Amino acid sequence: MRDVSIIGIGQTPVGELWDKSLRHLAHDAVVAAMRDAGIERADALYVGNMLSGELAEQEHLGALIADFVGLRGIEAFKIEAACGSGAAALRLGYMAVAGGLHDLVIVCGVEKMTDAPGADTTSALALAADQEYEVTHGLSFVALNALLMRRYMHEYNVPHSAFAGFSVNAHRNGAGNPNAMFQSPITAAAYQQAAMIADPINLMDSSPICDGAAAVVLVPSDWAGHGRGAVRILASASATDSLAIHDRRDPLFLEAAYLSSQKAYRQAGVTPADIDLFELHDAFSIMSALSLEATGFARRGEGVRWAEDDGARIAIDGELPISTMGGLKARGHPVGATGVYQVVEVVQQLRGEAGVNQVRDARIGMAQNIGGSGATVITHILAAE
Amino acid sequence: MRIARNWRTRQQRYSLVGEVCTQCGHKIFPPRDVCPHCTQPAQLPYALSGRGEVFSYTTMTSAPQGFEEYLPYTVALVKLEEGPMLTAQLTDVDPDEVRIGMPVEMVTRKIREDGEAGQILYGYKFRPLLERQTAT
Ligand SMILES: [Zn+2]
Repeated sequence: MRDVSIIGIGQTPVGELWDKSLRHLAHDAVVAAMRDAGIERADALYVGNMLSGELAEQEHLGALIADFVGLRGIEAFKIEAACGSGAAALRLGYMAVAGGLHDLVIVCGVEKMTDAPGADTTSALALAADQEYEVTHGLSFVALNALLMRRYMHEYNVPHSAFAGFSVNAHRNGAGNPNAMFQSPITAAAYQQAAMIADPINLMDSSPICDGAAAVVLVPSDWAGHGRGAVRILASASATDSLAIHDRRDPLFLEAAYLSSQKAYRQAGVTPADIDLFELHDAFSIMSALSLEATGFARRGEGVRWAEDDGARIAIDGELPISTMGGLKARGHPVGATGVYQVVEVVQQLRGEAGVNQVRDARIGMAQNIGGSGATVITHILAAE
Repeated sequence: MRIARNWRTRQQRYSLVGEVCTQCGHKIFPPRDVCPHCTQPAQLPYALSGRGEVFSYTTMTSAPQGFEEYLPYTVALVKLEEGPMLTAQLTDVDPDEVRIGMPVEMVTRKIREDGEAGQILYGYKFRPLLERQTAT
């Protein structure tokens, strides 16, 4: 196995981008990443995407985007693992370079969600869940997360307001990210007054529907040199759990997040204490709490305590900065692109290019992308060269 | 709605037919042919009683396509007394009265219909356990 480094990153702003098609979004991110890396060719392109078939009526994204960005002829595929598609594409790119099959790989995550009517998008997102035994009973993806949040609040005797700090922190950091969908801070009071979607989940617990694309360029670390841009992938690990929440041994424990993070810590030779910042999958605030518990940053039932005091301990200057560029909540959650955005943002932090959101002395960063309500979880740990 | 898919799951939707593992004895629902507890083949059908309790719940105020007309409705994770958990709608209950731990029982109800001329899907929902049954 060869060590793998990221030598280029690119991203589009996240939002309701009515003037940009799926292929244009991917183009903008890929071209920016290639320019950042200083390359004009590649051996392969892997595209992370969840919903292009449902919402853009377009599949076959590998060839489509390779051609559209001027790379006609190279190997290119779309990878799908629900909201974990972006990190799944990165994992595939990592395996190709680490295994010596390719030397120069581009990974792009792209999602175009806002062309379709809201009800179509709600139904499409539910494809991540078990069609025959969850979705058929009329559940949306939000409802599945609401079942987890309600149980968590019951089992650990936690009020809804205890989660406010996750949302406040994300929006505080979104305000410093020019690519974020939401760039205004919110207060804990605004969090509690937000409109209910599926009790106890309200609008401020949920990440928004949006468009966006992000890309990275991978090479063997031997090639990367020790220039300004190179960031090494210390670990890449994924794991699975049942699609349906009702099939899990313990619905409040994200077993796949536990398994993939444990594998990643072993590969990287680090412990949670070594992580300087953590881009976690805050699609819903309950997911932040469950992720922190499964990855070893909190004991069972205590993940939510990281949100105390408006998230002071998870802020940029806190003990464990999370969602440092706004996270899924404020940067936005263009589902199949999210895993690549997370890694692009970790690279920004490790290069010292995160602007007003820069985490001081950031050396090791972790990104964790979750597919569905926890069925696919992919963890990457990166380090400055 | 896909007619053949709904037909294939009719025993599960009407009668909660799951499986029992002949190796370790665990009851399994929905059926999956491989026991999740001991990973041995488990294909012996087993009909569950339909009694259980609410593990968690939420009331939906926006719905996926095809369910808009039923809003608002309450969905739940139901822990069956034989062990397995499933996902279903609650019925015959005021959403404000639902509680975690509430005893419930299965009933067969309309899940949705596909317009005036389309297919009607029936299946399990759960309602609060009736008094007469708690007494026996
Ligand atoms: Zn068994």
